[in-house]
Parts: sequence; structure tokens; C-alpha cells
Amino acid sequence: MSMKMYKHALLMFALLCLAACHRDMEPVAFHDEGYPTKLSDWHVVEARDGVLQLNEGVVPYELNTPLFTDYAHKLRTIWMPKGVSAQYNPTDTFDFPVGTIISKTFFYPIPKGQPRNATDIARTYDTSRDFAGQGLDLSNVHLVETRLLVRRKDGWVAMPYVWNADQTEATLARTGDVQALTLVSDSGERENFNYVVPDQSQCVSCHARDWTTRALQPIGPKARHLNRDYHYADGDQNQLAHLMRVGYLTGAPTPADAPRNANWMDPQASLDARARAYLDINCGHCHNPKGAANTTGLTLDIATSEDRHIGICKPPTAAGQGTGDHLFDIVPGHPDDSIIPYRLSSTEPGTMMPEIGRSTVHKEGVALIKAWIASQAGDCVVLH
Amino acid sequence: MRHTRTLIAVALLLAACGGNQPAPQTQNDASFESKLEQQLLDAKPGSVIDIPAGHYTLKRGLSLRTNGVTIRGAGMDKTVLSFKGQIVGPEGLLVNADDFTIENLAIEDTMGDALKINQGKNITIHGVRIEWTDGPKSTNGAYGLYPVKTQNALVEDSVVIGASDAGIYVGQSNNIVVRRNRAEQNVAGIEIENSVNADVYENIATKNTGGILVFNMPNLSQAGHASRVFKNHVFANNTGNFAKKGAAVASVPAGSGVVVNSNDKVEIFDNDIADNQTANVIISSYFSTNYYNKLGVAADYNPYPKGIYVYGNRFKGGGDSPDGLELKTLKAAVYGINGSFPDVVWDGYADPKTQADGLPPPDDRICIQDSNGVLNADGPHGYKNPSTDAKPFQCTLPKLPPVVLNPEPKV
Repeated sequence: MSMKMYKHALLMFALLCLAACHRDMEPVAFHDEGYPTKLSDWHVVEARDGVLQLNEGVVPYELNTPLFTDYAHKLRTIWMPKGVSAQYNPTDTFDFPVGTIISKTFFYPIPKGQPRNATDIARTYDTSRDFAGQGLDLSNVHLVETRLLVRRKDGWVAMPYVWNADQTEATLARTGDVQALTLVSDSGERENFNYVVPDQSQCVSCHARDWTTRALQPIGPKARHLNRDYHYADGDQNQLAHLMRVGYLTGAPTPADAPRNANWMDPQASLDARARAYLDINCGHCHNPKGAANTTGLTLDIATSEDRHIGICKPPTAAGQGTGDHLFDIVPGHPDDSIIPYRLSSTEPGTMMPEIGRSTVHKEGVALIKAWIASQAGDCVVLH
Repeated sequence: MRHTRTLIAVALLLAACGGNQPAPQTQNDASFESKLEQQLLDAKPGSVIDIPAGHYTLKRGLSLRTNGVTIRGAGMDKTVLSFKGQIVGPEGLLVNADDFTIENLAIEDTMGDALKINQGKNITIHGVRIEWTDGPKSTNGAYGLYPVKTQNALVEDSVVIGASDAGIYVGQSNNIVVRRNRAEQNVAGIEIENSVNADVYENIATKNTGGILVFNMPNLSQAGHASRVFKNHVFANNTGNFAKKGAAVASVPAGSGVVVNSNDKVEIFDNDIADNQTANVIISSYFSTNYYNKLGVAADYNPYPKGIYVYGNRFKGGGDSPDGLELKTLKAAVYGINGSFPDVVWDGYADPKTQADGLPPPDDRICIQDSNGVLNADGPHGYKNPSTDAKPFQCTLPKLPPVVLNPEPKV
């Protein structure tokens, strides 16, 4: 073994140790009622020894295209009790068994070359400094909140936990929270904003995909969002295949036969696929035939056909001041005359879309949707 | 030095007036908001959330998702929830629940809609005041009282002022009573849209752009029909249209009393309708809104108003100063510079597929009685051949049954 390889092996060993530190964590605790006040009451993820650690059996995952949340980075995990698994579904959220705990930790890298302070966080897509093994390197990141979705007997329950200033514990915040933060871009630009932790009821705004049954559902764990590779402790593997392997999922086809949304930033993917993936994850939980926005006649989930249903020449229904003086949701070829990019570019409550979940404009996302609309043909000639 | 101080003071003042600046929230306000949110989260069927008299500033939109809850204030001028400078929306209060009652409080200055009830049955709104306190502005929230996709909805004894779209807006709902409300200085005072079985009576609609609207929009879950508009006072709705372009009501001319657009089976009777300067009653088609286009509108959408019956109303004034150059020109051409439109103006769009001998089938006709005339504006031909012949409108239609709320509201 050369010296270089030896060093590499040592490093790998150290990383594996880090990953294995959950050995001294108590087992994951599923609470089948009530609202535990501390995130650590669940033993899913815990801040220990400078790392946000994942407990044994807690499997991290990513989405092909994620929801935009004020440029926050996210660590998503899933845990299930022994002996049960989720049932695969090609289009909808997998059918998860009672006892499932899904977590999503919202965090930001500390701006490069800057000491940690109470407000400054990085606006960056670079995740290379985020991780320590499968967990998060707390010397490089600032944790804001961890949201849990817990599958109890009567359905899913959502609980937001807010991290303390010391980054040692997160406390239940059923009525949400507002934190004044400053995004610092890679080039040093600063943007002040209010990071809003949703209250428990606002969790439902997005997670109740069907407003008649009002039942909560996770949004991310669907085949088309999960069908991608993840860098697990023991190497890269497709997430659907991995979930099958560890017994958390049954009935999934091989990844090649499962649907897959594009990564909205993937330069190899088509503009159409990227835009549709973006609209699907950012808008489709409300703008679907059964969702909160089914009052509008505008559907933006991946199944929507590319015509008036997705907004082409469609007059708005109840946009009110949200039209921004534009006549149609999408005017093909004319993004600046279209309502959708106008509302994505707003941060005013009552005008902005999505209605909640962000306080800043996702510049790169808006640019994608504008480019997509600019590429469309057709016109909205008014009939008399 | 004094100058500098003054400058700073002015700068601070300016900053404080900025649109998105949160209004100062006292410790009291903050703990009130947190407590109210908690009460809404913990509510059980049968819970009554009493909000004592007081003026409370809230930063975040509220929501309720539990059936059978009552929210009750001490009076529409005593319990005030102010959302001035709200930082999280989208509404003031969003409700997704059945058997909901809200009464005797005010919601002011929301950035978006004030009170939205999305999907729910047995909804009662009683004695609620919604107001945008700076008066009509296009940056005001869109809708005041906004039940959508509801069944058995009652809106009564309430007040809405300043909505940049519709003050009281009932959308895609069934079985609705809207009574004894006052709608002022909104773009649309009261709007019934894509709804079935609505009784709108004993309301006052004044100083809006349009007083009472019964509309059908395309692409929605249901087409509306069967609305009765009666015993209302609809006068001097002459406020310039301050909706953003593209909004459904942006096409409503200032000076509109009662407007039917593309809706069917609408009965307008026993109202006092006066001094609406475009026309006291307008019957029109989606073609006249300038939004109708082939790609964006469902092929099965029916844009023609059918079965519209106007009778027994007391009209006064109005029609003397229509909004916009086109209508002004039309008025001058037909009635002279000093003349007025008659009480009822129809844009002239009729379904060509169902016409026989120049008339629609009997049940689809537009029947006008007790009016000083009807103008067929000939919209389909750009107002070229307007007609004042009232004969095509001399007919009657079967009367609609009253709306019965079942179960009866408890208030």
C-alpha cells in the first residue's frame, strides 16, 4: 500500500467512525401521541461532538429537484420501525407504515472566510462543506429548524422544531417563528430577510394535497423525486434501490423503470423537463386537481398537460392584485407578460407564489421559468 | 446637528411608511398573536374562541383546520385584528373546515385576502367587518369575505370596505345566502361566481366600481346558475376601477349597478338601483371581458348569459356617464351627448347555436320588465348596430325557489 493510499484509508476509517458515532445514541423513539418539546426526544438526528448526527437506521435522502426555501440547504431523513416498510407507488407519495418518522433539517453554510455570527448565512449551491460523514458539520453550517412528519395511527402529524443559538438542541415551535437573517452571496452581496418557520397549521397548507380529505402527506418521498443516486456511507447507490435494500420500501421496480423528475439545475436535461420538475415540487402540492389551489383551474403538477391547465393563455381566476397587470398565467414567448413569473418574483404576501415558505426571490428558479416560457410558441389572441 | 437629527427622523418616518415594513408589534400584540395561534391549533369541535375587545396587530396570517369551531369577538368595532405590515400571508385568516362560525370582529389591512374559507360546509359569517383603512387602492388585498368551494354558506350583517377585487366574493359554492351586508369602495361590492343557488338580499352596495356581480368564469369546477338578487340598495357605484389588469373584475366599467356575466338563471327583482353612471343593470358575456381566447379557455365553457329575469325594480338615474371611450361614444351615438343609457344594457352576445327566429329558446331568454328601456349594444360587431328595441325582452321566466340553508345557521 502506498503512503497516499494508506492516508486515504485512514481518512475513510475516520469518516466511517464519525458515521458510526450514533452507537452511543439512544434508539429512535416513536411517540404515538402528544408533542415532545425537544427534537432530541425523538433521537432521530442529534447535535453531538460538533456534528448533527443521524441515528442508526435513519436513512438520508435527496430529491431530484427540491422545493425552494430561501436558499436553505436541507438534510432529509427517513426512519421506520423494524419489520415494516412503505409500499411503492409510481405517482403518489409512498404508503408509509405507522411509526415512520421523516425529518427535514433546514440549514445554511456559514459564509466563507467569515466567523460565525447570529445572522449571516451563505447563499450558495455549494454543499461541499456541509457534511461530516452522513451528518452535518456544525463548524461549517448554521441549523435553523428541523421539521418532523410523524406517521401515527390516525395519519401524519407535522411538528416544527427550532434550533437554539448554541446549536445544541431544537425546541418545538407549534406556532412557528420568525428569524431575521442575512443571506451573503459568494460574491459578498448581502440580503436581509425574515426566515419564517411555519406554524403547525401552515404545515398543512402544503402537506394536505387533498383539501377535501385534508389528510397530510409527505411531499418529497415519491418515486419521481427520489429516483436518483445518493452518496451513502458505503458508496453511491440509487435511492429507490437503497430503500428497497434496507427494507424501507417494497414493490419498487428497477430505477430505470421508475419515473424520474429532472434535476432543475442539470444542464443535460431539457428546459421543459427542468421547468416542469421545478413547478411540480414548488407548486404541485397546492396546484393539483384536489389541492388547495384547485379553486383556480391552474394545475402545475407533473401530470398536467401542457395547455391551458398549466396556464397557457389562461385568464387568472382569483389572483386579485397578484396579476401584476398581466392578463394570462403564461403568454407563450413572453415571460414578462406572464403572471406566473411575476408572482414567483414577488415577496409580498397576497401576491407572491408559493404563498408561504419563502421570503426571498429564487432568482435562478425565476430565470428557469422565464426561459421556459420564452421558448414556448402560440399566442393568446382575444376572441370577440 | 439639528439638521442631521431632523433628517434621520424623516428617514425613519419614511422607512416606517414603506409598504412591507412590519408595523410595530408590542409585547402584548406578540403574546396575543401567539396565544390566538395556539387556540386555533388546539381547537376541538365545539370550541368557541372568544377574542376580547381590543386592537391587535398581527404579523402572520392565521389558519384554522378543525371542524365545528366558532371565533367570536366583542363587536365589529371593538375587536380588531389588524394585519397592517403583515410579513407572512397569504390571508388574514384561512379556514379549511366545516361547521365554522365567525362573528362580531374586524379584520383590517391584510396584504392578501382577509377571510378565506376554502372547502367547507355550513359556514356562517355574521357581523364581521373587513376593511382596508387607506381606502380603495390597487395594493389592497383582493377579497374581503371569501368563501370558496363551500356548501351552505351564510354571510350576513357584515361590512366590507376597500377590497381591490371583490368585497364579498362567494366562489364555486352551493346554497348561499348573502344578506343585510354593506359593501363599499370595493372594485366589486358583492360577487357571486360559479355558484349554484344563491340568494343575495337586503344588502347595501355603494361607492364600489360595480355593486353586485353574478359571474361565470371559465376553467373552473362548476358553472354557476340560479341566483336571486332582490331587495338590495345598489346606488352610486361609480368608483374608478382600481383592480389590477387581468383580474376578473378589472373589466367591470365604473358605474355598474348589478352585472350579470355569462351566468344563467339569474333573477333580479324588487331592488332599488340608482345613479350608477354606466348602467344600473348590465347583462354581458365573457366575450366583453377581453380575456376570451381559444388556448386559454375550456372548449365547453358557455360564455352566454341565459335565463336572466329583471323585473319589479325601482330604478333612478344612472347611465349618464359611462366609463371608457367606447361606451361614452356608444351612448352619445344612440342617446345624444346629454342622454343616458336606459336602466338595462345588454352587450348583445347570444349563443348562435340555440337561436331560432332571432330568439333563444324560451327558458334561455333575457326578460326585462319595469325598465325605462333596454339597449342591445351589439358587442359582437364592435357596437356598430346597437338596438333600442325592447320587444325581444318582453317575456317572463319561471321564478326561482328561495334558498334554504340546511342545517339552519345557529346565529
